[in-house]
Amino acid sequence: MSAPRAFAPILMILALGAALPFVTSSNIILNGMVTTLIVALAGYGWNLLGGYGGQFSFGHAAFFGTGAYACALLQQRCGVNAWVAFASAITIGGGVGFIIGYLSFRSGLRGSYFALVTLAFAEVFRIVVNASSFFNGAAGVLLELDARPGNFQFASRAAYYEVALGLVGVALLSTRALERSRLGAYLVAVRENENAAKALGVDTLKTKLQAISLSAAFTAAAGAFYVQYFLFINPELGFGASISIEALLAPIIGGLGTAFGPLVGAVALHELGELTQWLLGSLPGADMALFGVFLVLIIAFARGGILGLLSRLGRGVHGMAGEVMP
Amino acid sequence: MLAPDILLAAVLNGLMTGAVYALVAVGLTLVYGVLHIINFAHGAILSAAMFAAYFASLAGVDPYIALIGLAPLFFAAGYAAQRLIISPASHGDDQNVLLVTLGLSIVIENVLLTAFHSDTRSIDVPYGFASVDLGFAFLPLPRVVAFAVACVVSAALWIGLHHTDTGKAIRAVAKERYGATLVGIDVAHVYAVTFGIGAACLAIAACLLLPSYYVNPRVGEAYVLVAFTVVVFGGMGSVPGALIGGLMIGVIESLTGLFFGESLGQLGIFVLFIVMLLLRPTGLFGARA
Amino acid sequence: MTTILEIDTVTKRFGGLTAVDNVSLSIEPGGIVGLIGPNGAGKTTLFSLISGFERPSLGRIIFRGDDISDLAPDRRAALGIARTFQIVQPFARLSVAENITVGAHLRHRSRAEAIAKAREISARLGLCAMIDKPASSLTVAGRKRLELARALATEPVLLLLDEVLAGLNPSEMRDILPVIRTIREGGVTVIMVEHVMQAVMNLCERVIVLNQGRLIADGSPREVTRDRRVVEAYLGQGAAARLEAEHA
Repeated sequence: MSAPRAFAPILMILALGAALPFVTSSNIILNGMVTTLIVALAGYGWNLLGGYGGQFSFGHAAFFGTGAYACALLQQRCGVNAWVAFASAITIGGGVGFIIGYLSFRSGLRGSYFALVTLAFAEVFRIVVNASSFFNGAAGVLLELDARPGNFQFASRAAYYEVALGLVGVALLSTRALERSRLGAYLVAVRENENAAKALGVDTLKTKLQAISLSAAFTAAAGAFYVQYFLFINPELGFGASISIEALLAPIIGGLGTAFGPLVGAVALHELGELTQWLLGSLPGADMALFGVFLVLIIAFARGGILGLLSRLGRGVHGMAGEVMP
Repeated sequence: MLAPDILLAAVLNGLMTGAVYALVAVGLTLVYGVLHIINFAHGAILSAAMFAAYFASLAGVDPYIALIGLAPLFFAAGYAAQRLIISPASHGDDQNVLLVTLGLSIVIENVLLTAFHSDTRSIDVPYGFASVDLGFAFLPLPRVVAFAVACVVSAALWIGLHHTDTGKAIRAVAKERYGATLVGIDVAHVYAVTFGIGAACLAIAACLLLPSYYVNPRVGEAYVLVAFTVVVFGGMGSVPGALIGGLMIGVIESLTGLFFGESLGQLGIFVLFIVMLLLRPTGLFGARA
Repeated sequence: MTTILEIDTVTKRFGGLTAVDNVSLSIEPGGIVGLIGPNGAGKTTLFSLISGFERPSLGRIIFRGDDISDLAPDRRAALGIARTFQIVQPFARLSVAENITVGAHLRHRSRAEAIAKAREISARLGLCAMIDKPASSLTVAGRKRLELARALATEPVLLLLDEVLAGLNPSEMRDILPVIRTIREGGVTVIMVEHVMQAVMNLCERVIVLNQGRLIADGSPREVTRDRRVVEAYLGQGAAARLEAEHA
């Protein structure tokens, strides 16, 4: 695929998305879109490692929470500017990803073992943050309201929406660039057959470490943005199981290992959630239960997710679906 | 320095808890040993079983009696889940199984949440606060019963695995799936039976836990992370490993709680878990998983 | 320095089993060397030791003068050692082109260059027609070619071929023999494990025979097939004597 053909659809969709606030000024819609984009961003992180690298993490909350807490505490405790805190949170998240990756991959963990150890790391983070007064314990961290762009706080939801869209845009473009790079080729090779990759000179440990660091950085960005938007984080919101699940649901439902998958999946999840609420009222857990059913159905009948289904229906959207797994 | 009898009481208490951990872990390790997958729905099934026992008790059936009905019921449910959902949905790919069982756990947990909300409930039984006097320590009666039943069930499972045809078929499939097919073993049936046994163990554990514990839609989660630790500790797929591992983790938790306070007891387990996974993923007693 | 590869008193044990037992040999650059022996002789293990998937229990492996015994497989591939697997290991869900591109990336960081290299290799191996098909859709012969193509894409100095002819029918075999010859003519040293003796006799200047982990013969194809120990290794003790009696 030539560079214009690879990147043009992304830029077009981003431009279309950016126009949304000019069509609607409904705070409810914009709020829904912002939370959807946060899930999408966390999903982009997961997709790099899980979709392209084949390493399924069940604990991406570890990175989301790290991003959120790092961003909040750097501002609150150290008086760091919000934008600097945001950038630092992404770096710290990437670092935590590197460390967890180094420990797990160096020990040769993969498959269920890797899923388990990531789950355990997220749990340990949650318990430690919950128990420690340094992190403000179970009460969580509240950021002071000071709505100035220089402070990464905006008076209008539309502005938050545009920033979130920008972040997802960066994730989308990076994913597409990854597909077209040596790292991307190596990562997919590791997913398909690690020994064959080694025989062809691929340093599989290094490849996986690069992937998990990038992956963690994107998911940490989602966490850091979350805290700037809601101005609040607590151990359950940051490190709880639900964000780990949403981060993996979005790409799997959208299309595992594709550039548009996490975005499509996050939108689908959001709409599905709205639909459940409309049908059943606000029953706790009903939306998640339905997501679970959806996950099983996708695995059973459409491993390529929604994009895989679409590209099976008509080859026309193939350019958008990219390399959909059969 | 603590008095020796306090220490001994803590160890005994740990063994009591550990027996239930062992029972939860046995189901998990058996499924891993045979199907070579981690059943991420294990915790959610435990929560469901505890709700079942809870409602049985509301209906006037003592949990220890309910056990007799719930164990076969959960066996059947587990059998059906493997045969009708997990196996067809995952097309024989291990990574799919991982996601399908995760999906099942999300469904079960959230259906429970939708139906019963996140309230924490417990039951009143006449023997709830009864205890056994050992002279130097009092042990709560429900936990002594749990310990005894867990030991009996594990022993029965051990005997069943080694001395019945089904047990031998299960072990054959665990060792060599393809070879087992060649000698005429119905592997899909064995998988489902194993899954059913795992679920039945959870039903029994639930009935044993209920008199001294509480129930909410996420209660199983905590137990299952401990069970994962036990399984990794005892060696993935090893039944005796799960028993010994369960008892040891119970004691370790009890002692960490004694020395460092309750809230860190759990943390100790997770740290142990991560260290075990990283350093010796085949467990203390396991051969290569 | 005249040798490209030197195996210096290498032993590999798996638990109680000695798969490779005190083997020493050296390979000069630029030929095709056959490595034969009955099943379980340690041929594949020797390949794994050379390519780094196993480490020797004793002894050293020297490649172009450097001790590489402790290097990981990917580092050895970077030095110029490529291997194929006896049981082919394609990246099943990737296309043929993508499979080969992974190998080509070893010497070409740029994607455009790696793709160009992959196209060139697939043309050489007659894979052009199926370049966009997923590797999982290939026939056995196609997969063997892909395995070879991927290894070649790493631009090796030393190529280890593990039974690339096994499972092929005679006409497929006839097609691939010239390919192996061209690889040698391109300056690559080839060591091949092969059971198809006709091909070994045809291609190799030198044949090494392993039996039960030990090196039992080393010479021209003609010498080796006349060696009593080789005949006995394949046909059992006393077989050589019986054969001689029959011919007498």
